[in-house]
Amino acid sequence: MTVPILEARNLTKHFPVKRGLLGRGSDVVRAVDDVSFAIEPGRTLGVVGESGCGKTTTAKLVLHLEAPTSGAIRFEGRDLQTFDGGALREYRRSVQAVFQDPYASLNPRMRVGSIIAEPLVTNESLPAGAARKRVAHLLEVVGLPERSADLFPHEFSGGQRQRIAIARALALSPKLVVLDEPVSALDVSIRAQILNLLRDLQSRLGLSYLFIAHDLAAVAHMSHTIAVMYLGKIVEIGNAETVAATPRHPYTQALFSAALPSHPDEKRDEVVVTGEVPSPLAPPAGCRFHPRCPHAMARCSAEEPALLPEAGRLVACHLYTGVRVSVGAAAR
Amino acid sequence: MSLLLDVRGLSTHYVSARGTRVTRAVDQVSFALEEGETLGIVGESGSGKTTLALSLLRLLPPAARIVAGEVRFEGDDLLRKPAAEMRRIRGKRIAMILQDPMASLNPLFTIGDQVAEPIRIHEGAGRRGAWVRARELLRAVRISAPELRVREYPHQMSGGMRQRIVGAIAISCEPRLLIADEPTTSLDVTIQAQYLNLLRDLQRAHHLAMIFITHNLGIVAKMCDRVAVMYAGRMVEGGPIRKIFNAPAHPYTKALLESIPRLGDGRARLTAIDGQPPDPANPPAGCAFHPRCPRVMDHCRKEAPPELVVGESQTARCWLAADRR
Repeated sequence: MTVPILEARNLTKHFPVKRGLLGRGSDVVRAVDDVSFAIEPGRTLGVVGESGCGKTTTAKLVLHLEAPTSGAIRFEGRDLQTFDGGALREYRRSVQAVFQDPYASLNPRMRVGSIIAEPLVTNESLPAGAARKRVAHLLEVVGLPERSADLFPHEFSGGQRQRIAIARALALSPKLVVLDEPVSALDVSIRAQILNLLRDLQSRLGLSYLFIAHDLAAVAHMSHTIAVMYLGKIVEIGNAETVAATPRHPYTQALFSAALPSHPDEKRDEVVVTGEVPSPLAPPAGCRFHPRCPHAMARCSAEEPALLPEAGRLVACHLYTGVRVSVGAAAR
Repeated sequence: MSLLLDVRGLSTHYVSARGTRVTRAVDQVSFALEEGETLGIVGESGSGKTTLALSLLRLLPPAARIVAGEVRFEGDDLLRKPAAEMRRIRGKRIAMILQDPMASLNPLFTIGDQVAEPIRIHEGAGRRGAWVRARELLRAVRISAPELRVREYPHQMSGGMRQRIVGAIAISCEPRLLIADEPTTSLDVTIQAQYLNLLRDLQRAHHLAMIFITHNLGIVAKMCDRVAVMYAGRMVEGGPIRKIFNAPAHPYTKALLESIPRLGDGRARLTAIDGQPPDPANPPAGCAFHPRCPRVMDHCRKEAPPELVVGESQTARCWLAADRR
């Protein structure tokens, strides 16, 4: 087996929350709690989940913008915590990001050429001529005309700006790109352009992606592996087609059944989940999904289910652990 | 069924301060809505869908002018009503739900006051009676413990609850038409599904007609009977949803349907639409979609196509549709 580009092992991030007068006494938000996954070279890991599930915190941990409370990130087999300054710089070059809003992520006062060249200037002391050449090449790679380099971000539409953000992310020839909702802010007719571009770049440059989005169909389309998160935990992870076609965790089932149909005649089994996501400050005991779960059993509120193999993927649910009961019987 | 809303040739333009620049935000739009029916208006940003909705209620910003057309609601042209009469229609006969519930709710008033307000204003109910109704309405939109919630403030609610409260306000005076402008964009997937199901239940219970303004064709597929596709201020295609989804007549509709990733299809590439949506202030000559159209002809560059009937109650603004007839 190949060594994964990036591996997260029991990754945990807790944020302290100040409580009470003078900020005495503190609680923690368990934003990411004991999460493990691996991203293979040239592959895409898609992370789905609702707001507060920890997907953006996971991205920040991978980008080394936050330090984990416990657990480890291994990059090409080496533990990130053992990295010295030089190795960390190298890591930051190898792991780049594209964010949701290309209106916020590009400096309006800089010309596009300088925006794309900035990572080159700060990381490689390239002569001006060589940098210009690289910028021209990168613009071509993302499908923008060469003269774009002399323009400012406001002269571009949302889709073109996202292309600029992608060009900047590619400037240092990264191995892994974190895509945090890369098409959510774009017009519907533009989204397919950017998704196609990202797929083309992956096969052309052998990039790995960590793809974070709430649009399930887009994640299923882009990913090789899908991880479903709920309140800081991975509840199901496995091959994208397997998870999308036959979700096993009741939350994954609810999520995919709540996804909007692509045709008026498309009928889905309605898996009703009531209520809303509880606060991550006080997650429910046992399985965190049990207060909303249509299959909840006595055991679910007492004991936290482990992520175990089930039908070709990993699922954290008591329906599939211990005494084997058929799903139907458990539901009754 | 009887006709509730009949919009004919509606045009709304934005005029710059000096009157030199005119943006045709809504251009010659016509559609009709039966009682209890749901219409989806889909389009990208700048396509004029929100301006269209605001024109129906005459809630436009000062720079906008309705320059032509009529909006017949229950037989009367809303564009000819005096302002005072319009105020009696808004919130009572026609209600609206906006995208961001926090912008629709006043943070300084309790939920009870805000749900009771339209009942007191439009129906002249007393405070006590209106609050009783408010509690019933909160129960109808599935807010738990409404007798406690009426005394709370918007910041104490989650996003999904706030949007349900806005829904309660919208149905408080039993309107005939509910206009929802991107009502679920700020909600999570499972909360969105809950909210859409709630709206559908309310619609059935009250025999409401609805207009859904959205960029999401999935919402149209789930919720609507008919759809109007907007592009650069014009309604480029309209008709019953099954016809539009199965046999779109306009290349834009077709391309839009093909460009969306679907669960369970193994396509390696999506069919993307080239180019960008046009600048509404400066649309291309002829058919506004022609620079991006895969089937563009010479004629398209010169003359904008009229609205052509392509089938039973299906219309398209495309020269190809003229050949199809």
